[in-house]
Order: sequence, then C-alpha cells, then structure tokens
Amino acid sequence: MLQALRRSLHERFAAWALRVRPPEPVPVLLTQRRVYVLPTRGGLLYAISLLVLLIGAINYNLSLGYGLVFLLGGLGIVAILHTFRNLAGTSITVGTPAPVFGGDTARFPLLLHNADARERRLLRLFLPGETVVIVDVPPQGSARALLPMPTTRRGWLTLPRVTIETVWPLGLVRTWSYAAPALACLVYPRPADAVPPAPTFAGMQGGQLPSDSGDEDFAGLRRHHPSDPPHHVAWKTAARLGPDAALQTKQFSGTAAQALWFDWAMLPATLDVETRLSILTRWVLDAEDAGLSWGLRLPGGEIPQAHGPTHTHACLKTLALHGQES
Amino acid sequence: MGKKVKPPLHPLTPAQTWWLLATGIAAYVPLAPQMPPWLATVAAGAFLWRAALACWRKPLPPRWLLILVTLACTAGVHFQFRTLFGQQAGVALLLVFMALKQLESRSPRDGLAVVLLAYFLTLAQFFEDQSIPVAATMLATVLMATAALANLTDAHGSPAKLFRLAGTMLLQAVPFMLILFVLFPRVQGPLWGLPRDAYSGLTGLSDTMSPGAINNLAQSDAIAFRVQFEGTTPPKKEMYWRGPVLSLLDGRTWRQGLAAPARELPYSAVAGSPAYAYTVTLEPHNKPWLFALELPETLPPESFRTSDYLLHARKPVRERQRYAMVSRPQVEHNEASDFTLAAAQRLPAGLNPRTREIGAGWTADGSSATDRVQRAIDFLRQQQLVYTLRPPLTGQHVADEFLFDHKRGFCEHFAASFVILMRAAGVPARVVTGYQGGERNPVDDTWVIRQSDAHAWAEVWLDGRGWVRIDPTATSAPARIEENLAAAVPAGDPLPFLARKGFDWLRDARFRWWAINNAWNQWVLGFNPERQLELLAQLGMDAPDWRKMAAWLTGLTGFVLLVLAAALLWRRPRLDPAQRQWQRAAQRLEKHGLPRQAWEGPQDYATRVAAELPAVADDIHAIAALYAGLRYGTSPDSTLTLLRQRVATFKP
Repeated sequence: MLQALRRSLHERFAAWALRVRPPEPVPVLLTQRRVYVLPTRGGLLYAISLLVLLIGAINYNLSLGYGLVFLLGGLGIVAILHTFRNLAGTSITVGTPAPVFGGDTARFPLLLHNADARERRLLRLFLPGETVVIVDVPPQGSARALLPMPTTRRGWLTLPRVTIETVWPLGLVRTWSYAAPALACLVYPRPADAVPPAPTFAGMQGGQLPSDSGDEDFAGLRRHHPSDPPHHVAWKTAARLGPDAALQTKQFSGTAAQALWFDWAMLPATLDVETRLSILTRWVLDAEDAGLSWGLRLPGGEIPQAHGPTHTHACLKTLALHGQES
Repeated sequence: MGKKVKPPLHPLTPAQTWWLLATGIAAYVPLAPQMPPWLATVAAGAFLWRAALACWRKPLPPRWLLILVTLACTAGVHFQFRTLFGQQAGVALLLVFMALKQLESRSPRDGLAVVLLAYFLTLAQFFEDQSIPVAATMLATVLMATAALANLTDAHGSPAKLFRLAGTMLLQAVPFMLILFVLFPRVQGPLWGLPRDAYSGLTGLSDTMSPGAINNLAQSDAIAFRVQFEGTTPPKKEMYWRGPVLSLLDGRTWRQGLAAPARELPYSAVAGSPAYAYTVTLEPHNKPWLFALELPETLPPESFRTSDYLLHARKPVRERQRYAMVSRPQVEHNEASDFTLAAAQRLPAGLNPRTREIGAGWTADGSSATDRVQRAIDFLRQQQLVYTLRPPLTGQHVADEFLFDHKRGFCEHFAASFVILMRAAGVPARVVTGYQGGERNPVDDTWVIRQSDAHAWAEVWLDGRGWVRIDPTATSAPARIEENLAAAVPAGDPLPFLARKGFDWLRDARFRWWAINNAWNQWVLGFNPERQLELLAQLGMDAPDWRKMAAWLTGLTGFVLLVLAAALLWRRPRLDPAQRQWQRAAQRLEKHGLPRQAWEGPQDYATRVAAELPAVADDIHAIAALYAGLRYGTSPDSTLTLLRQRVATFKP
C-alpha cells in the first residue's frame, strides 16, 4: 500500500521532472533546470555528524571546532556544486539499437556528449528497475552507454524514461535527471524451439527452375546497386578499372531447388498467432543459415523470394510487426 | 521513490582499504600521546593487524571477536576514567571505535563511518590544544579523510588525483568557513553541565601558597595573560599584576582570608598620579581571578571587586577572556576593618620562633610602624639571602630555616618570611601573589606574562597610608624585578627555556612567532560573542543582533555560492591551440591600433597589418601562413611548435 503510494508519487514526480512529453527530440540537453539535487543517505549522515560536532564546539567553546564544522559545512556546499556540475550540461543522442529476439535483452545505445573541458566522472544510467550502467565521459568527447532491458513481446520496444544520476565526487549528494529520447528497439518474435520441418516443396510446381539470384555459379557482372551485399562487389574489377569507374556486382545463378515459400496459411489454424509467428521466424532463420532463398506470405501481403541479411531482416521485421500498426 | 535502485553493496577494494587505514592512522597519531598507553597500544595493534590482513589478503576477523575486543576496551576505558561519558573517556572510546572499525570495514558504508569518525577525532584534538600547529594538523587530517571519502565513490582514482580534488574542494569551502566563522551567531557555552574533567589541563596561580608552589609554576613557559597598553606603558619594575591575597598562615601554608565583595572602590587615586589604560587577554586558568595592574580602577564585565582589592569573575575563567582596564599605581587607602587588620597580625603558635623573636624585638623601643618596616628590609638585606629557583627542602619552620640556616629561597620564601617578621613586630601584613613584570614583544607591542613571571610580595598596613606594597625579593635580588628571572637566578639553576639568555636571532624569531600566536589567540581562539559583536560593530554593522547576523550570513553565503557556481558551471569555449596562438599575436597588434576584425581571415589581416606596420610584415605573414596551414590546411601538428616560437618572439 505504502509502496504503491510511493511508486505513484515518484512516477508523478518523474513525469513532471522530465518537463517535456516523451518522447523528446534528440539531442537531449540536460539543462540546469532539469537536473535535481538531493543528499544521499551518506550525505544525511554527514549533516547529522556536523550538527553533533557543532554542538560539541559550542559546548566546549572550541573556536577551532567551529572552524572545523564550518569548513566541513562549506565542503558539503561545494560538493553540491561539483556533483551538479558533473551532470548538468551533458547532452544525449541515441544510436540504433540492434534488433533482438523476444525474451532476449535489448540494449539501447545512448551517446553522452561532454562539451566541457573537464571529464564527467561516473555517470550512472539506468532504466526503471534495470541494471545500472556506469560511464565516464572524456572532456570534449563522448561515451556510449548500452542500457539493457529485457524484452517480452515482439514489435517495437520504445525506450522508457532513462534516469541519469551521479554522486561523484564525494558521494554525499546525488544529482539526477530524466531523459526520454525517441528510440525504439525492434523485437523479433521469439523463434520457436520445436518446429515442424520447413515446407521444402510447399508452393512449388516441382522440378528445378533457374533463378537469377542464386549464388552458386558465377553468371556475369551487372551495375552495382547500393543494396547489393558487399561480398558480391567485383572488387578485382574495380581495382583494375580505377576509382572513376562504376562498381560492378557479380551475378550468380543458383539452383532454385531450395527456393521456398513460408506461408502463414500453411500452419494449422489451431495454433495461436504468436506460435505461428514463432514458427515462421524459426523457418526464416533456418533457411538463412542453410543459405536458401525463401519468400514469406502473410495475410497482409508477401515478400518475394530472396536471401541474405537484408532479406532476413525484412522478413523478421514483418513478422515482428504482424498485426501491429507499423 | 518507486523501485529503489540501491547502489550494489560491493566490497571495498584493496586501495580503499588502504585509504581508510591511512585516514584512521592520521586521526590516531595526534591523539595517541594523550591516551592511556594500553589504549594507544591496542589501537596501534588494530591498525597493524588490518594492514597485515590487507597485505596478505586474509579475511577479516570474525565479528564475535571484534565485539569481545570492543567490550573489553570499553570496560578498560570505564576502569581508567571511571565514566564513559566524560570528555577524555569519550575521546578514548571514539579512538577504540576508529581502530576496531578498520577490522570490520567491508563496504563503502563502513568506509563512510571511518571518515566521519576521523572528523570527530579531529575535533577531539582541540580539547587539549588549539594552537596553530594543531590547526595545521587538523587541515592535514581533514584533507586525508576527504580524499578517502572521494575514494569511496571513485575507487579507481589515483592518490594524486584524489588529493588534488579534495584539496580543491576544501579550498573552495574556505570562503564559506570564513563567513560562517565571523557571522554565525556565537553562543557562550557550555550548553549543559560539563564533565568534571573538562578543565583538567589548565594551570595557574593557586589560592594557597606553600613552599615550592610558586617555583614549580616558575618553571613553566605557559602564557598566563597578554597585555596591550594604550598610551603610556609603566616601567617594568612597577608592573605588579595582582592575584590572590593570602592573609591566613596555617602551619606552612598560606591561604586566602575572608574577603567580602566591595561595592565601592576601597581606595582613591592620588591626585595627578599616572593612570594606565590597557587590555588584558587572560588565558583560562580555571580560577575566578582576573589579573590587573595594581591597583585597578575599573571593573571588567561579569566581575566584582573584593575588599582585598582582587578582581573576581563570577565564574571560573575557562575560556580565554579579554577585558579593558584602567589602573593607577599610586592610591590612598581609606580604612580597613578591624577584623581584616586582626587577621593580618595572627601567627600560628609555636612556629618560626627565631623569626618571631627578631620581629618582637623591634616593638620594644616604641618605634613607628614605618621604622619597623625599614628595619625588616634592612634585616633581610643583612642576611645576604640568595634568590634561587631551587631552594632546599625545609621542615616546619620555613621562615627560620630560610632566614638563618640555608638562606636560599624563592620569592615566596622572601614574602612569607617578611610577613611573619612584620606580624611578629605588630605590623599588619599579608602576602600577595600574582605576576611581576613580563616580556614585551616588539613585533606587535604586546606584553606577554608567563607562568614563570609568577611572584609573591607583601603588603603592610601603615596608619594614614593604608596597605603599602613591599617586595622583599627586590631587596635581595633586585634584578628579578628590574630585569627578569634569568638575570636573578645564579647560573646553573634550571630555567624555563624561553627565559634563557643568548640566542638573539632565536629570540627575534620567537617574538615574531608570539606575535602571530597572539593574533591567533585574539582573533581566532578568542572569538567569543563579545568579540564578535565588537568586530561587527567595527565593520560598520550598527547594533548587531542575531537577526542581522543571520540576514548577513544568508546574504553573503548566497553571494559566495553564486560566484562559485558561476565559476564552476561557466563553460569556457575551448580554443584550439593554433587559434590561441593566433589570438595572442592579434592581441599584441591591438596595442598598435590594429585589432583584428571578426570578419577578417588570417591572410587579409596579415596584409592589412603589413601595410600599416611594414616592420613586422615578414613576421605577421609567416604567422598567418602557419596558422592558416594548421587550422584550414593540412599542415602536420609539428608546425604548431613553429607557430608557438614565431608568436613568442613576435614583438610588434
């Protein structure tokens, strides 16, 4: 009960303290207005100790005792400024999180930039309830923090509110800020463990059909497209022709015996949506591992036969977002 | 606060352990000499044990063992001090905790406890001593503890970095300390009853005098009080600083007689006689007497005057006290009560028969009291008495043995024997203790009166003149009064170090050191509520009260905070080194009325400068070319050195 009340109060404070409606545009600059300061538990203990020392100094008329207490009091104030300065002024941009499979840990890359001439020490970043990542940001440099977050559902996982805090240098004061930059990680469906064998011949007429995009036998050169995989670029030709000539892509002719169609409709209707997507995911991964070409048919549309990382990603993305608005 | 993200309780790193150990030792060392030896040894043992465990990476001792040792030490402290709550016992316990906490520190939270204990132990040093060296020790300990505190957060910081960080932060804390020190409303302690042992370390004149009492004091270099004269300074031989008046002789011991508080000044100044105005800074001596030049006309605050002309504070002097006085050496006394005069003639029966016989002999011929006093003075002179710091031990008849047998004595022997002689001769007389003379510090023109200046003299009652001071020591060792102790005692007697002769350069350095110490005592240690009000009034704050002080305190602290925050949070645009050199060259040309315009590129600017100042044409073109190459071109970084040299020698 009390726990719940505290949690809701904290949630309200954080929502207010963020000062913008998430997600906010990058770069996020942690201005002085949105950096908050409170003593840590150690800081409270320090303050109580100073009070006891002050009473001692008054009681025994220790002039140097006053001096000591006031020096340490000043140190406390200075610690607030140093801890504040350690965080305020940091700006945050985002990287692209690598897609993960459902159930794996997503890692959100945040880039912390320091425009100042002094290092920012021991910044602690974490997502609500998650592991803390500690980074130092070099002077006039950047540092990357990979914020881990476990995934449960496929689809887009948006970055929740990030807390950035620091207690450096003395641990007496904690300054913190919240940031919610627009960032999402794609979560593929979790590949099923036990699957029916891939429908090798499903959707095929039989026999072997030539395909123009296999990679078994060299079949000539064509003009390079940016989307072609780099290992298909005719580097030797490029070297011979010099930097001014256009790049060429090697073409291979493969056998289409393994050209597959993975069709939503092939799976028994008794299976629920997520299981079907899981199975399709597993097929896609197995097909790519085996170096096969495949196409994907879902109720919403189809992806023509192809293979390679780009194709895999496209298929997995379609599976991940199936039934969700893109 | 929602789901609490606790810092994981990671164990202390080996480096952190060493830092905490060093902090503990830094707090321990200054206090160790004051501790009972067994306790100092136990604490040192604990530190060594911790160091050994850290060296060989052994686990910490089990908790039950530490609890046992703590209980044993607590019992030991109780046995030693008969309490656990007194000041000394408290410090001893804190030291025990500090030492044993080392063996129990596992997490940064324990580390924080060690650092806070170190701060407490730093304060504990001030119970014994608040001198400048102790203040320096305090700064060192605080620096050490603060660096260790920073290390608890930043476990991988190098010692140099941590010390620099702690030092910088402490320096930045100094303005706050100064403001708070001056403006924090001072309260005169204690806030509650102090333990009995609170003032055990104070020395000074006692309210009794038995043979050896004063010459023990005379071996001490400790400062009794300091005096600053305004206007004229009396001659040194006139400087009698009055202390307790002893009129009761009880066997060998002189005690204070009954003295009532006197409402009015019991004497009046001789018209036209000199008056001396001065300020006394009295060291705490745990007795209620306030010393003043004979005879005081004014009354310090919170004090009263007794019928034997002694200034008496309402409470024992337990902190350094400062009061302004006016005294007049030449006074006329009105009258003394019969009771006082009767007490001043009483002698214990059966003691000092030979002395009494001599005194009584002078009453036979009906001579006046003045004559008898003169006879006594002459008698002492004829006896050829020797003034020494090491009088032989005496038996019951102190005066007899001194005057007729060994003839060696200290001022208390002279004064006591003279008073016994006078009483035997029917002249009311009493012993006055106090200080005589002092040493002038030429650096800040302050007179320093030390315990070694403690003195005893006599007063006799003469009808019509009242109490008249006679200093029998002066008759035997006049140098004691006109110069000082060192001149008066025969060579070979042990003297307090500072009273020795020779070492003039040392003396000069010492004077300077005393002057600094005096300023320290006046302005740092003696900064009490009165002094605070006085200073604030001098600074132009009229009628300072705590409300005004609080307002000023807040205002000034806020101001310093703003300035410091601006300095710390202001982001200076960092220039690239080549650009800095280029700006430096341009700055030199500004003096010649050729400032670089914001829109001007290096080549344009160089061309313009070359046209105006042909003498530097080559230089500026070269510099501009180097700069442009570094900044916009592909010049290697090594040309930066060339640019630096060029700019350094560029003198338009």
